[in-house]
Amino acid sequence: MMEILVCIKQVPDTAEVKIDPVTNTLIRQGVPSIVNPFDKNALEAALQLKDKHGGKVTVISMGPPQAKDALKECLAMGADQALLISDRAFGGSDTLATSYTLAAAIRKIGTYDIIFCGKQAIDGDTAQVGPEIAEHLGIAQITYVAKIEVDGDTVSAEREYEEGYGIITAKLPLLISVVKSINEPRYPTIKATMKANRAEIPVWTMADLDVDEEKLGLKGSPTQVRRIFTPPQRTGGVIIQQSTARESVAVLLQSLSDAKII
Amino acid sequence: MAIKVNKEECIACGACLSVCPFSAIVMQDDKAYITEACTTCGACVDTCPVEAILRKEETKVVTMDKSLYKDVWVYLETSEGKLRNVGLELLGEGRKLADGMGQSLASVLIGHNIEGLAQEAFAAGADKVYVVDAAELAQYNTDGYTATLFDLITNYKPSVILMGATNDGRDFGARVACRVGTGLTADCTGLGIDEATGLVSWTRPAFGGNIMATIICPDHRPQMGTVRPSVFKKPILDYSRTGEVIHVPNKVKAEDMRTKLIEMIHVCTVSCNLEEAEIIVSGGRGLCKPENFSLVEDLANVLGASVGASRAAVDAGWKPALHQVGQTGKTVGPKIYFACGISGAIQHLAGMSSSDLVIAINKDPDAPIFKMADYGIVGDVMEVLPILTEEFKKIKSA
Repeated sequence: MMEILVCIKQVPDTAEVKIDPVTNTLIRQGVPSIVNPFDKNALEAALQLKDKHGGKVTVISMGPPQAKDALKECLAMGADQALLISDRAFGGSDTLATSYTLAAAIRKIGTYDIIFCGKQAIDGDTAQVGPEIAEHLGIAQITYVAKIEVDGDTVSAEREYEEGYGIITAKLPLLISVVKSINEPRYPTIKATMKANRAEIPVWTMADLDVDEEKLGLKGSPTQVRRIFTPPQRTGGVIIQQSTARESVAVLLQSLSDAKII
Repeated sequence: MAIKVNKEECIACGACLSVCPFSAIVMQDDKAYITEACTTCGACVDTCPVEAILRKEETKVVTMDKSLYKDVWVYLETSEGKLRNVGLELLGEGRKLADGMGQSLASVLIGHNIEGLAQEAFAAGADKVYVVDAAELAQYNTDGYTATLFDLITNYKPSVILMGATNDGRDFGARVACRVGTGLTADCTGLGIDEATGLVSWTRPAFGGNIMATIICPDHRPQMGTVRPSVFKKPILDYSRTGEVIHVPNKVKAEDMRTKLIEMIHVCTVSCNLEEAEIIVSGGRGLCKPENFSLVEDLANVLGASVGASRAAVDAGWKPALHQVGQTGKTVGPKIYFACGISGAIQHLAGMSSSDLVIAINKDPDAPIFKMADYGIVGDVMEVLPILTEEFKKIKSA
């Protein structure tokens, strides 16, 4: 029987975010909030381990009250329970303050064999919260995991490197961050979705956690956002559109040759 | 720092709502209200037409004597006894920061039989190299490298640390920053010195590359960041430069390392060594079928290029994830980048925008990739690629 925790984040679907060409600012209207895609892979990995070894999967998220929707989606996928960590005092947290808060919640939950995270969130793309949770908890970690097997108290994982894969082993407990290729997240059934929609999700606030207030939210965040801007738009270069592909290629090669590139 | 709304001045025009990148402003009782999603980026402050939004500096209890921390450090990652390019790229940038701050540039080498690499670090601009050389550290290990870098920071107190945003760099960079209790800015693409404060300003893409954020770390030291490979150019190496090698004894024991690397499986040949490639040919959904990816590979073969793929092509299972270029894949900066049948979603552009020259082939003349391309052929990629391959073959054999 395994006790498995999965950390998830509700994120705007960044693939749907557009830039207003006139004001050069983000258009957020109509952008759906989703469960961070890599976190769904993390949940699927947890569910597969539970299917094989038995146990319980708990999903936790830190965020505003509406993040309950994301947690409900995880319940519908098959998580046994969900927990939201939410308080205005957590607002403006950078990765250090976020991981500190999540680690405090995980300590309160108490027992766990594996903590799963997605490799990064698609809105912030930092990939830091997972390792920082492991550090706060003082446990080992394996990041960028593409395959995992558990045998007794030993984990064997395939970790992605720039040049390939490494087989890494470690003892439980452990934090694991997963890449997309590890699995294909399951779809919830309609029945499970309806049941999840009715679920009451417990919310832990600052008062529920054993935390130092100075380490929370903006106050506990060493990094500060100084400025936000939209990257300069490129105007594009030479467009070649001849009547046949062969002619287009000829024009391209001539241009490259004129520019002394070839 | 905090963002406050002066409720008496607010006219509920809603201008701030639409500019907030984090949806952290809502209207309550006809007044703007800042929610906990606020990151104090200040985008709203500049937009408010009646100056009702203010940035308030909050006085922090300073517990750290920042004056004890000096020098810019670059962590040099090695792979099979060689320096990864990103370390050299960062020495070039680190040199500029160190000169701007009037400090020295040092680099950190952790591994086994790596002292010889110090020469290369000096040639790339380092004044000092800290070397921790031990058989236990021969392979990268999260616990071993975290403890080692943490120990160096505690003893030598650098002001700034730059690391490559590689899998290993992001793996232990976060643990080190957390152990020190300082800020770490992830995956930067721009570095500078903030004129007002003299702090390092770390610029990075967010929201899938849709916006850029500049981050500072005012009250904690060292200021740490991971920087994307291939964004900056390697400095010209000057082997007449010399410097000081500082040997630091290893304190890590084999039993302190809780994870063990059993085996490395190299699936990567030239074709997926995208970070170091001079030419990359990438394919996307426009290839329609997995079999057609061979057209991309044929061109790559002729050019001696590496093969990249868009997220769509990887998701479709046409290419393994190691080939993926983009925000969640690899970042590349080759001399020439061919985008074949890739529409150019912002996430893809974020991964290849530092290429010197971009050549795009796409049948949709409105595809965003053409905005990024120096040369763009509007046409069917299945038809254009074989001709291009054939022509390059002729040029090569001529």
